[in-house]
Amino acid sequence: MPLLTVESVVSGYGEMQVLNGVSLTVGQNEIVSIVGPNGAGKSTVMKLVFGLLKPWEGAVTFNGQTISGMAPEKLVKLGLSYVPQVDNVFPNLTVEENLDMGGYTRSGSLDEQKERVYELFPRLAERRRQRAGKMSGGERQMVAMGRALMLDPKLLMLDEPSAGLAPLLVDMIFEKVADINKAGVAVLMVEQNAKKSLALADRGYVLATGQNKVDGPGQKLLADPEVARLYLGG
Amino acid sequence: MHDKRVLQDDGTLHLRPGERARAILTSRAFMFVVLALLVLGFIIAAQAKGVSANSLLSLFVRGTLLGGTLALGAIGVTLVFAVLKMANFAHGDTMTFGAYIGLLIIMLLPKGPPLAPFSFGYEFLVALLIVVPLIGLFTFGLDQALFRPLRNRRAQPIMFAMASLGLAFGLRSLVYIFWGADFTFYYVGRARPAVELFAGVRVRPDQLFILGLAIVLIVGVYLLLERTKIGKAMRATADNPDLARVSGIDTNRVILWTWLIGGGLAAAGGMLYALDVQLRPEMGWWLLLPLFASVILGTLGNAYGALAGAFIIGIVWQVSSAFINPTYGHGIAFLVMVLVLLVRPQGLFGGRK
Repeated sequence: MPLLTVESVVSGYGEMQVLNGVSLTVGQNEIVSIVGPNGAGKSTVMKLVFGLLKPWEGAVTFNGQTISGMAPEKLVKLGLSYVPQVDNVFPNLTVEENLDMGGYTRSGSLDEQKERVYELFPRLAERRRQRAGKMSGGERQMVAMGRALMLDPKLLMLDEPSAGLAPLLVDMIFEKVADINKAGVAVLMVEQNAKKSLALADRGYVLATGQNKVDGPGQKLLADPEVARLYLGG
Repeated sequence: MHDKRVLQDDGTLHLRPGERARAILTSRAFMFVVLALLVLGFIIAAQAKGVSANSLLSLFVRGTLLGGTLALGAIGVTLVFAVLKMANFAHGDTMTFGAYIGLLIIMLLPKGPPLAPFSFGYEFLVALLIVVPLIGLFTFGLDQALFRPLRNRRAQPIMFAMASLGLAFGLRSLVYIFWGADFTFYYVGRARPAVELFAGVRVRPDQLFILGLAIVLIVGVYLLLERTKIGKAMRATADNPDLARVSGIDTNRVILWTWLIGGGLAAAGGMLYALDVQLRPEMGWWLLLPLFASVILGTLGNAYGALAGAFIIGIVWQVSSAFINPTYGHGIAFLVMVLVLLVRPQGLFGGRK
């Protein structure tokens, strides 16, 4: 049984319909990447799964449980965690406090979780007393991902984790995503950087105009000349 | 430090002269210089009027004392703004209301002797202990009845301003109805002698108690915001409400604590101010302008800024009375507020937006 199932979902903002029947699944311990042109509804899918938008039609289930429209504090307890594309840190809080907030719903010590995040991102350990707002884009992305890992999620959702980063940092972030996945966390990500994310992903979905276009193993999508021509920019 | 970095990112060397002048004019250091010049100007004006250095020092001390009470109100205004993004114009009248509820409790309790050297007895302390959590809960209740529906409807900021203004009038009317329009004291007719502190500066022991308690409460708020889970969650919600929700932070709990602290401190500030001066139905309303001046000076939404702002406004206000009629004290607070809004609208502790 897949961990996450999105089934023919129709949704949007206000009167504007953005998703015209999107379906996808994420299996246990899988990396799934959603790619597609601007305005395809990629980020909207993420917001929908995380309960920030309600499905007008269709359903979202996580671990066999319907989660459509569930409050975020319940979702994080179920093992779902989400890193938005922008504004994904608390700028006036220190790195450590950002991590504390990621573990807010858990009572008791968070030391073990923090240590694990610092192991994954040694840079953050050095800067744990620094305010997140004063850090570089790459470091902020690490803080944002670290915060999302504090509750030992089953599924980590990343919205454009490499957006706006220098090429070297993009590679580093993708490496970290692979490391996180190796530790047993399934990953669902949306990426502009389609080639790199598909190369990393077990499976990919190409989305356009709020609909599924093509899906399949990441490598196969990359090799498909039709997909490359239409959606990956040559 | 932050400003310098922004300049470097822009390339300091490539700034045109006009831009550079503007950058200097809006810097934090320049703001401090303006404030220092303002105080210096006051001192010179006072000298010209023949006010002695001694009485200037007295005024400075009194300004510090006033700053402590102002800070208790200002922290609440700024916390409510930070977490709920609304300007609460009812905050001053919450102070008044707290002061009068304190009076009610003092009247109900059997009267004890004054706790020398202070003018108040144990009743005042008991009343304080009851009033602070009571008014904190009361303001949360008002929030749930009045502001929460507005939030759920995503009302415009002006609606929140008007609603809080209405609440301000409502609270004051309650005070008029139950206690009348006259001024009164917690202990009518009790002597409040002053003692010499140093160099001819005379203060009442009560005032030292007021400043001491204000400092204790401020330190308490500091510890709560920096060390406790709920305090961090409050700062996180103020910083980025959407991410706070996504992290699973219980927003309603954060709102409850915001009012408990904001309303509770306002009530304490009101009782202390009334102990220092007198109880008047308009006392809190008249404090609203200096409160907002403090909060804007110290950057809206920044608790430590509000603290600094309150002491600066308190001192400027008192020292100005050396050479102008004390009734214009509000004008001085207003002047500082307008200066800040013109020169550096983000306040002393704000980054560049």
